[in-house]
Parts: sequence; structure tokens; C-alpha cells
Amino acid sequence: MKPSSIEKLLAAAALAAAALYPAALVHSQSAVDEIAKYRQQLQDGNPAELWEARGEALWKQKRGPKNASLEQCDLGKGAGVVKGAYAELPRHFADADRVMDLETRLVHCMVTLQGFSFADATRRPFGAGTNRSDFEALGAWITAESRGVVMNVALRHEKEKAAYRLGEKMFYFRGGPHDFACATCHSENGKRIRLQDLPNLTEKTGAQLGYTTWPAYRVSQGELRTFQWRLYDCFRQQRFPELKFTSDASIALTEFLAHNANGAPFNAPAIKR
Amino acid sequence: MKMPRTTLAGLAVAAAAGCAGMSDQEATQRALEVMQASFSERGQAKLDRLNQDEAQKLCSIPPSVVPSKEVTERIEKANLASIRYPADGRLLGDWRQGERIAQSGIGKQFSDDPKVASGANCYACHQLSKAELSFGTIGPSLYNFGKLRGASEPIQRYTYGKVYNSQAFTACSNMPRFGHNGILTEQQIKDVTALLLDPDSPINK
Repeated sequence: MKPSSIEKLLAAAALAAAALYPAALVHSQSAVDEIAKYRQQLQDGNPAELWEARGEALWKQKRGPKNASLEQCDLGKGAGVVKGAYAELPRHFADADRVMDLETRLVHCMVTLQGFSFADATRRPFGAGTNRSDFEALGAWITAESRGVVMNVALRHEKEKAAYRLGEKMFYFRGGPHDFACATCHSENGKRIRLQDLPNLTEKTGAQLGYTTWPAYRVSQGELRTFQWRLYDCFRQQRFPELKFTSDASIALTEFLAHNANGAPFNAPAIKR
Repeated sequence: MKMPRTTLAGLAVAAAAGCAGMSDQEATQRALEVMQASFSERGQAKLDRLNQDEAQKLCSIPPSVVPSKEVTERIEKANLASIRYPADGRLLGDWRQGERIAQSGIGKQFSDDPKVASGANCYACHQLSKAELSFGTIGPSLYNFGKLRGASEPIQRYTYGKVYNSQAFTACSNMPRFGHNGILTEQQIKDVTALLLDPDSPINK
């Protein structure tokens, strides 16, 4: 998609959002219908493609102290195999003896193949305007290469099984001044916060709907966000301290949610409000 | 009576329990240790937010798991004892302020300025006034809350107490304990109580 058509799309989205407000004053059913219409209009084109293009270029670009590309990075299906890799992540990697999600594996490859230090590699997990994140670009491209691939996150290795169990425990962990857990918002069907529908991540259909639509281009932020960001910002709103990028808790929760989504075709990068 | 339901999560626990080689208690402890290593302090959100009180520990369970009567009673008794009613005996504040508090979702996030008063974000989970269509459904509708119940002293005390500490009345409620955990001030809880009970409040129209 060309940038000019993206601009048109964004203008259409803004118009739809503006049209929404007076309609919402009439009665709630029409508000819900208008939101559905707005969301449908957004599906016509996705600025995530800009991140995908940059991500593919970054993957192939020689960088870092070792002046190497990421093309020999093993995402789990062999060195350099990108197609379908995301639908099987997180997984245990023997070379690191650790369960890794996509971002964690990318950091590993930036360190081992390109020679970056961990600190340099993880300096910008999330982008803000012109300060762009390589993980969001690489994440957009790599996940797009799994679009339509059926989610198949196996629990074979003991560490994968352990990560799943710990992730499940963390999902129900209530804490902080508001007593919130992930489960507070995501363990019942048909609930919403304000007007935002909340997937029930403890059941197959909800987990599939939720997990397979990240990463996503967030219209409200003008940024492409990965699953690490999704967890990070949920915990911010839970009033927890700041989730460390590629931390073991983030990987365990991802293992829990990704495995619960097994059987559904992966369908991201998506576009969300 | 709430019947236990079988969920995907429940089945997964049973399936994974043997394989991952941890007892439920060990898994709980290990998950906490991993979380403590996985978060950093930022702004007002310190690592002590991961230190659970008894209710938080006992309520870290799927909704399909119903706590025993004994556990429920223990949580409710302890939380009821924590409620501090205003010294001046007045429980109803200004419903207009209450509406502002009900609309605001700021407060206690690491991205929030701790000097700015927190909101209660009631609309995130509840319907309140008919005019506000952007409301959530995690909690029950509170439209006509006072119209249906009146504003007698016992109702005022229940309402103030429920906002102050929801788990005094319903163990493991999803609702934050706004007074108990210092999210809202005494005056703010009075204002929210007025929003719910004042006959002039839009939610009772």
C-alpha cells in the first residue's frame, strides 16, 4: 500500500470517529453499530505495512560491531526461516537453554550475530514518534510472515511446560493498590471496559481472538505495537511496577496465552483503535 | 449457589501439573519470584506492589474456583474491620464532584503524577448515569442505585462502606478497595456515595 492511500485511510478513520460521537448521543445500540462500522473501515488498509517494510530491510541489513545481518537468526525453524516461525513461539531454544518469545529471540540474535551488548540491543523496546523501535518493525514483518498459519505452540520441553504453568499463575495474580489481575478484565465472556470489548483469555475462542491479533497498528497512538507492549501496558494499567522488556514473567505469560490460542490461524499485524 | 465450572485453564492445570513437576504451592511461589525479578520500580509504582495481602493471595484464582465458606467469611470479616467511617458522621458529599471522580481513570499508574488526585473510574466497569453511554460491563449497572434503595442511614453506611472496601461485603470482588488502599480520600468517597444516593444525582433520574 502506498503512503498516499494510508493517509486517505487515516483521514477516513478520523471522519468515522468524528461521525461516531453525535450518533452515540442518540442511543447506545446505534453507537455500537457505528463503532463496528468504524472498525470495519479500518480493516480496508493497515499502516502496519510501513513497519513491515522497514522490518524486512532491517532483517537484511548488516549492522552492529560484527557488521552482520539477522538473516542467520534461528527463530525456531532453522537459521533464517521466518515463514511460520511466529505461530510456534514462544519455544525453548537449546543454544540459550531458555524459553524465548520473538522479541527475546531477536535480542539474542542481535547480541550473538551482530555483536550488540544486551543494553544497546534493548535501548528502545517501544517507539514514540520519530524515536522508532527496531523491535516493532522486525516484529511487524516477522509476524506478517505467519499470517494464516495455524497457531501451534507446543509444550514439549520441561521449561516450556514450566513457563506455561507460571504464566497461568501470573494471569490470576492479584496485586497493587487496585487488586487487579489480568483475570480481572479477561476471564469472563461478553465483558467490556467502557466500550472496548474484552476477550476472555481463559477460554479457547477468546484466547485465539486476543492473541492472534497482535501485533497491531494502534490508530490512537500512530504506532505498531507488539505483544511485549501489550503486556507492558496492561500491567501499567493494573498499577503494577514497570514490566521489564523480555523478562521471564513476560515470556511466561506469552507462553500461557499463545498456547491457549493454538488451533486458530494467526491474523496479524492487525489494526486496532 | 455458584456452581464450579470447568474451564480451559482448569483443565490445563490438571494436564500440566504432573509434567512441570511443581506442586501448586511451589508454582505459586516460583511465579512470585519470577515476577519480582521481572519488574522495575518506576515513579510511584514500587516493587512492594507485588507483596500481596491475605485477600489478594486468596483471590488469585480463576472465577471457576469458588473459595470455601470459611475463606469467604475470613476475607469479609477482615475487610469489614478495616472500614473507617468519617468522624463527622456525614456520608453524603457533592454528587457533581462524584460524577467527575466516576469519570476519571487516572491515579496510581507509574505514568501518573502522584500529586494529582486519583479518580475511581466507575464508568470503566459500571453503567451509572443514563447520559453516559461509554460504560463498561464488568460490574453491574448502578443506574437508579439510590432510587431503588432510598438513602436511609443503613443504605448510606453500606454504600460508603462498599466503595471504601468492596471485599467487606463480597470476598474476591473485582472492585478496587478505594478507601482501604488509599486510592480515594474520605471526601472523594463521600462524593461518590452522593452520586449513588442523592435524589438529584443523574443516576437516580
